[in-house]
Amino acid sequence: MSDWDRFVSAFLNVNVAARYWPDILAGVAVTVLIGLAVVVTGILVGLGLAVLRSLGNRFANLLIVQAVDVLRSLPPLVIILVIYFGLPNVGIALPSFVVLWLSLSAVLAAFAEEVFWAGITAVPQGQWMAARSTGLTFGQALTSVVLPQAVRIAIPPLTNRTISITKNTALGSAIGVSEILGRAMSAQSFAGNATPLTIAAVLYVLIFIPLVVASRSLERRYAWRRR
Amino acid sequence: MPELGPFLLEARGVRKAFGTNEVLKGVDLLVAPRELVFLIGPSGSGKSTLLRCCNRLEEPTGGTIRIGGTDLLSPRTDINRMRRQVGMVFQSFNLYPHLTALGNVTLALRKVMKRSRAEADEIGMDNLRRVGLAEKAASYPGELSGGQQQRVAIARALALEPKIILMDEPTSALDPELVGSVLAVVRDLRDAGMTMVIASHEMRFAREAADRVLFLDGGVVVEEGPAEAIFTAPREERTRRFLHQVRH
Repeated sequence: MSDWDRFVSAFLNVNVAARYWPDILAGVAVTVLIGLAVVVTGILVGLGLAVLRSLGNRFANLLIVQAVDVLRSLPPLVIILVIYFGLPNVGIALPSFVVLWLSLSAVLAAFAEEVFWAGITAVPQGQWMAARSTGLTFGQALTSVVLPQAVRIAIPPLTNRTISITKNTALGSAIGVSEILGRAMSAQSFAGNATPLTIAAVLYVLIFIPLVVASRSLERRYAWRRR
Repeated sequence: MPELGPFLLEARGVRKAFGTNEVLKGVDLLVAPRELVFLIGPSGSGKSTLLRCCNRLEEPTGGTIRIGGTDLLSPRTDINRMRRQVGMVFQSFNLYPHLTALGNVTLALRKVMKRSRAEADEIGMDNLRRVGLAEKAASYPGELSGGQQQRVAIARALALEPKIILMDEPTSALDPELVGSVLAVVRDLRDAGMTMVIASHEMRFAREAADRVLFLDGGVVVEEGPAEAIFTAPREERTRRFLHQVRH
């Protein structure tokens, strides 16, 4: 058997693929649903925290900054494991997919808050002054003038973060969420062959390439029109 | 000079300190209806701060300010209501880059004055026409020249039908060939009887158009009087030195 044949039989084994692909494919819905839930929750909570921070309450801002810094410095897997194995000890047992969703949403919210906040502070002070000078309230100036600009500034870094954190749904395999990677790993151990992992890799590419392309067109669409 | 009735803008003893740095040290600025007052003075003399105090974009640390008889600094005064009556034009235009020219002019009409979109658009177009930019209604600020942007900013202030317009160095950020178009709009406004206070270094225009000139330096009004008198026969040595510097 040549090296190439050995490689094909280990990673691209047609028999193993034929046997296990329906099972792995069933994980796609789980990955996509949890991923979408994380994107929506994380970005909305992050935006909410950034808006809260812009109100300038010193106590609230201290809390936000501390929480965000902790969440940004912890590896997501650590958060997932601590919540999943820790909470039952205090009588809260959450399903593994809920733990995955909450953990990744919290991490994305932390990064999104920082990105939105950076966007808000990047909007020139003159925009606030112009808005307030025409009688807009703080809230109106924020929602009609500052946030639309801040969101545009935030979109490129935010799409990057969103993609990299959403990919972490694969960490659900560590706590038994039956998403793509978890299913591929059990197939791999049953079959004693890496082909299910290859299938998982292909599925991830198929899921995330459109997301990457969509984010690029989003970035283009929100660039300023210039003379 | 127009009749000096009850003042439209009546700022007395205005003080403003940033920390220990006192930028305004008790300034009086009294403006009669239909008057065009120029503020001149070196940078850092407090012109911008004084203008911003007059609609409370800066909170004065002392003094009183009345607009049309209403105490601007009273906690009982609805500041957002007062600000509609005080138009503001900025050195760097501060147009909203995500909105069209018309969107810039109509935002406050819709959000503050609660006009319908159709009503706001109609008022907005009227005001863009007034500054000669009706055909640019659908353009974004990034697509306009500096002079056009500043005229849109003036239309934005005009749309709320303010009692007075404050302009903070409206032509300082413009290329020289674009200054004239903005000054032409200011001249039209004056001829239409708009009350204005303009901080500016356009001395020739001040001399031609201003009813009165105030020279500020170091946070105080050093000298004030009719434009002609200030420019041809300043009484104060500091005024003479400043005018000499800006002319050369």
